[in-house]
Amino acid sequence: MAEPLLRVEDLVCRFGGVIATDHVSLDVHSGELHAIIGPNGAGKTTLISQLTGQLMPHSGTVRFAGQDITRLPAHRRSRLGLARSFQITSLLPDFTASDNVAMAAQAHDGHSFRFWADARKEKGLRDAAMSALSRVGLAHRADAVVSELSHGEQRELELAVALATKPQLLLLDEPMAGLGATESAQMVKLLQELRREVTIVLVEHDMNAVFALADRITVLVYGRVIACDAPAAIRQHDEVKRAYLGDQHVVTRHD
Amino acid sequence: MKAWLNARTIIVALVVAGLLLLPVYTTLSGNVFGLTLFTRIIIYALAAVSLNLIMGYGGMMSFGHAAYLGIGGYAVGILAHEGIGSGFIQWPVALAASALFALVIGALSLRTRGVYFIMITLAFAQMAYYVASGLARYGGDDGLTIYKRSDFGGLIDLSNRVQFYYLCLFCLLGGVYLVWRIVNSRFGMVVQGLRSNERRMQAIGFPVNRYKLVCFVISGTICGLAGALLANNTDFVSPASMYWTRSGDLMVMVILGGMGSLFGPVLGTIAFLLLEEALSQFTEYWALIMGPMLLLIVLFARGGIDGMLGRMRRG
Repeated sequence: MAEPLLRVEDLVCRFGGVIATDHVSLDVHSGELHAIIGPNGAGKTTLISQLTGQLMPHSGTVRFAGQDITRLPAHRRSRLGLARSFQITSLLPDFTASDNVAMAAQAHDGHSFRFWADARKEKGLRDAAMSALSRVGLAHRADAVVSELSHGEQRELELAVALATKPQLLLLDEPMAGLGATESAQMVKLLQELRREVTIVLVEHDMNAVFALADRITVLVYGRVIACDAPAAIRQHDEVKRAYLGDQHVVTRHD
Repeated sequence: MKAWLNARTIIVALVVAGLLLLPVYTTLSGNVFGLTLFTRIIIYALAAVSLNLIMGYGGMMSFGHAAYLGIGGYAVGILAHEGIGSGFIQWPVALAASALFALVIGALSLRTRGVYFIMITLAFAQMAYYVASGLARYGGDDGLTIYKRSDFGGLIDLSNRVQFYYLCLFCLLGGVYLVWRIVNSRFGMVVQGLRSNERRMQAIGFPVNRYKLVCFVISGTICGLAGALLANNTDFVSPASMYWTRSGDLMVMVILGGMGSLFGPVLGTIAFLLLEEALSQFTEYWALIMGPMLLLIVLFARGGIDGMLGRMRRG
């Protein structure tokens, strides 16, 4: 088999005495939807942040499309085609929805040391923004300021922003966080469509969504990978049941 | 009603028209003082406009902006003192020196955030202040008198009050126009995005520090121009023009007028300096009245004067 799109080897990250990422190794193959689950505090977001460069690991390597990106700053990784959404919505609150997406398109359209022409009138950027917004079903809210969008719409906008960077790999940190049942179902449907176009790493607490979507699931507990397998096998995995599904099941089910 | 016809644009248009016509009035009435006062106001407004670019649009709270006033001024003063009177040399040097200073302190201070950034820019400006105080050859503490204003050949005569006034006004309007183009350009979108959410901008692929630094340098350079004008206006430069209270005044002008609004800093400067002028007629302790007034504005009129005008439109 060809080299995986993303290869994480022996990644370690410590916060003082706490090992948040404990020798994590992980392969994500091109075209798959790879879910990462684990109880609260298992280090899922910490792991994502190391993959996208917001956080630097203490040791280990991250390879993306055959290139060692372990020490690359976040903006360079984004240029390579690695995009993320944030668990806690992180948009530009005083800009409109289409500005937010256009900004992402602009980031991937050469440098921005252009001081004169009105960026909001650039057709290329606006079109890219509209197509990403349409993709997530937000086209009708293009001119709304982010702070006026509902929480669900903001989650969708997070996704549109990530898509506008034309990623090869999309790292989604709990895209369903705080969504109601209907909105969650919509998001699952959306991800089902997106997975055909782009490789996705999905961190999610919503077990229904994870088992509906994932090709493979990695289970993280206390920063360590305790299992990595197909969904059916994960369901049967004893250690996983004990560590995670067993005592957390009640909390994580939304229905 | 047309979108542009609102309280804000009407006030701005009136102010610009008033500034354009002021010399007519002062010439007819022989009120030289009014012209001098407004020349000073316009120069400070240019400085405030430049500060607004980084503070209002870029979210970089520079507490050392007066340093550029001093650097621009000293460039003119020192060259004049050394016998180089041509404005075609003095002014480019003033701009270049300001840009260089901004580049160096920007590269160092933009590694920090929030209150540390405020303190480090303040520290650098104070350093410039003490360096200027130590320039014994150029007057040291006492400052440096400029015996002849910058010479632009037959192009313009800076000793002529009206001509000089219009030059300052031209620079101010040019500065506002420049900032307007910049903030709406791709570059400006990035800078404003950084104010809004730096982490997000990084995540979508922007090398953030580069953009911040360039913005910081542009701002410093424009303020250096204000410094060159100010030195010509007072025929004098002194370390006092770089003192931290002066940086504070500039911040107040921006906040009073409305951070991140295009014309707000101009309105803020006019209000600030006219108030200072009026209050100081009554009492030596004018700051005692001015301080609480500013407090009230900051507490109750978010967005400053420009914000109030914006609300009038809606209300």
